Amino acid sequence: MQQTKHVKGLNPDMFLNRNALHKDKLAYIASRDGYGDGLVEAGSKYKQVVVLCPDVTESTRSSDFKKKFPERFIQLGVSEQSLASIAAGMALTGKIPFISCFAAFCPGRNWEQIRTCIALQKTNVKLTGSHAGLSVGEDGATHQMLEDLALMRVLPNMTVIAPGDALQTKKATLALANLKGPAYLRFSREKSPAFTSEKTPFKIGSAYVYHFGNDLTLIATGLLIYEALITAHELSKQGIQARVIYCPTIKPLDKKTIIKAAKETGAIVTIEEAQIAGGLGSAISETTALTTPVPIEYIGVQDEFGESADTQTLFDTFGLSTSSIELAAKRVLKRKYNERVDDIIEYKTVAKKYKQEKQKKIIEEALNRTPKKWL
Amino acid sequence: MKKDFRLTNKKQKRLEELAAYIRRDLIETLVEAGSGHTAGSLGLVEIFTALYFHVLVHDPKHPEWKRRDRLILSNGHCCPVRYVAMAHAGYFPKKYLMTLRKFGSFLQGHPEVTRLPSLETTSGPLGSGSSQAAGMAYAAKMDKANWRVYCIISDGELGCGQTWEAFLFAGKNQLSNCTFILDRNHIQIDGFTEDIMPLEPLEEKFKAFNLHVINCLGNNIGDVIQAINKAKDIEDKPTVIIANTIPGCGIDFMENDFLWHGKVPRPGKEAKKAIQATQISF
Repeated sequence: MQQTKHVKGLNPDMFLNRNALHKDKLAYIASRDGYGDGLVEAGSKYKQVVVLCPDVTESTRSSDFKKKFPERFIQLGVSEQSLASIAAGMALTGKIPFISCFAAFCPGRNWEQIRTCIALQKTNVKLTGSHAGLSVGEDGATHQMLEDLALMRVLPNMTVIAPGDALQTKKATLALANLKGPAYLRFSREKSPAFTSEKTPFKIGSAYVYHFGNDLTLIATGLLIYEALITAHELSKQGIQARVIYCPTIKPLDKKTIIKAAKETGAIVTIEEAQIAGGLGSAISETTALTTPVPIEYIGVQDEFGESADTQTLFDTFGLSTSSIELAAKRVLKRKYNERVDDIIEYKTVAKKYKQEKQKKIIEEALNRTPKKWL
Repeated sequence: MKKDFRLTNKKQKRLEELAAYIRRDLIETLVEAGSGHTAGSLGLVEIFTALYFHVLVHDPKHPEWKRRDRLILSNGHCCPVRYVAMAHAGYFPKKYLMTLRKFGSFLQGHPEVTRLPSLETTSGPLGSGSSQAAGMAYAAKMDKANWRVYCIISDGELGCGQTWEAFLFAGKNQLSNCTFILDRNHIQIDGFTEDIMPLEPLEEKFKAFNLHVINCLGNNIGDVIQAINKAKDIEDKPTVIIANTIPGCGIDFMENDFLWHGKVPRPGKEAKKAIQATQISF
């Protein structure tokens, strides 16, 4: 009985929003808002919490903290490198510094300072990367940070977290204030479905089964966990039961949950809004390869830079949306059952083709709107 | 053919008119894009007009011509004004301004040299333009080349240590072929520069870094050109021109308001009001 009970459907113990599978019935909240709320709570709970910000106070939602604790908010101007070391200095003197910044610049700009002054020294600094991933949209490649997970994951002593929605980001922020040691928290500017609830658990180092299934496992970090959930729901209608693991902590990885899933389902798709090299997919592969090697497919950005466009267009054309995840799931299932698969990886080629078509269409539409005086 | 860099009254008047058209087209471009950086772009209209239509030795039809002057925009978020000035100069047809920030466009939200080579560098993250400019100027000196490097930097990015590292290098190597143009508009994202991270006394700082300093009114084309011409006469030092600009210049309800740093006029009433403010009738 127990077995059949856990073969499909949402995991009730996760207390997801009861409309979790109905996108249009959910509120959309940016995960950076969750960070802002978490900061205020962390500030109230721990007197040592200070916030350091390089000229992006409002954008990183640090303004409420600034208002409530002006004496604990430190403005540094555009100086991310020095800022990382200043935070280390403050941590060495007993403070709990949170660095509120964009992922492109922290850790993008100040990686060596983080490596030496924070990771190597084990200082109690909490780095945050807002505006991470492709979802910063129109700002384009310079600001679409896709390499941060890899950059931070390779550092010894570093905890790396990418929560799935605003509420989870708030919980992660609070948890980080209580964690002793260096950590990186990644979140986003774009509004995304608020599909968890107050009762949904969050613990650093834990991965959670959000959806039951034994045919294959979808493992996602960050906002794309929601796309994974929707894909599992779609697959379930086709008779394929996918387990969905929400893996907000990329480091330290919840090896127990991952290995169990590899053993029980025999096929994995990893899903992240980042370069596939070095991030979640790599972490999962490194873990399963040593213990339970199973076929894996990687959903993520395939070794290319992003570009200007709205977020949905970018997700669709860079192969991060449900249709791509579904193709990857079907491919990994074939491999699990030793069926023949194409050398050409369909979930990559389909997105690429769609990208070309979409670009052509959008540019044509824009040019058609040219005012007469410009022709 | 030798280029005449003197500025006649007639030429100045023509440039001022052109700047007004660029300002209007800039507003229309930003409204169509739906997002982007308005205040900084508006403040740089005169500087870009002066550069592309008087100062630069360049050929829009041959953007990769080896002996061209190099123009680097370090504060890449102000790229819309550069795009509009480039379209006017003939680097690409104006209709492509409609594609700014759209999927597949060579006019990215932050400028990318791999998509439009005449941009010289990719920028957005602040601070790296001055170093790249210094690198180009150093290479030009190695090759005994005559072309010059112009690098526009923002006052906000003077917070970046890298900018000052570049100045140390430029000063040490007497990169007189390199002119930094500081867009001194006193604002950055979070507020006024002197509140966020005070820069003054700025002139003294530059001098202490072995830079020659010239002050000018950045929204006065004649003043900008005069400052640049003076910089060319300095033989033993790189020059920094402190161009005092007005953020949002030319659009009365945007001027000196840092809230216009990272947003664009909404289509409809607001856009119309902004275009009217440019005072170009057509």
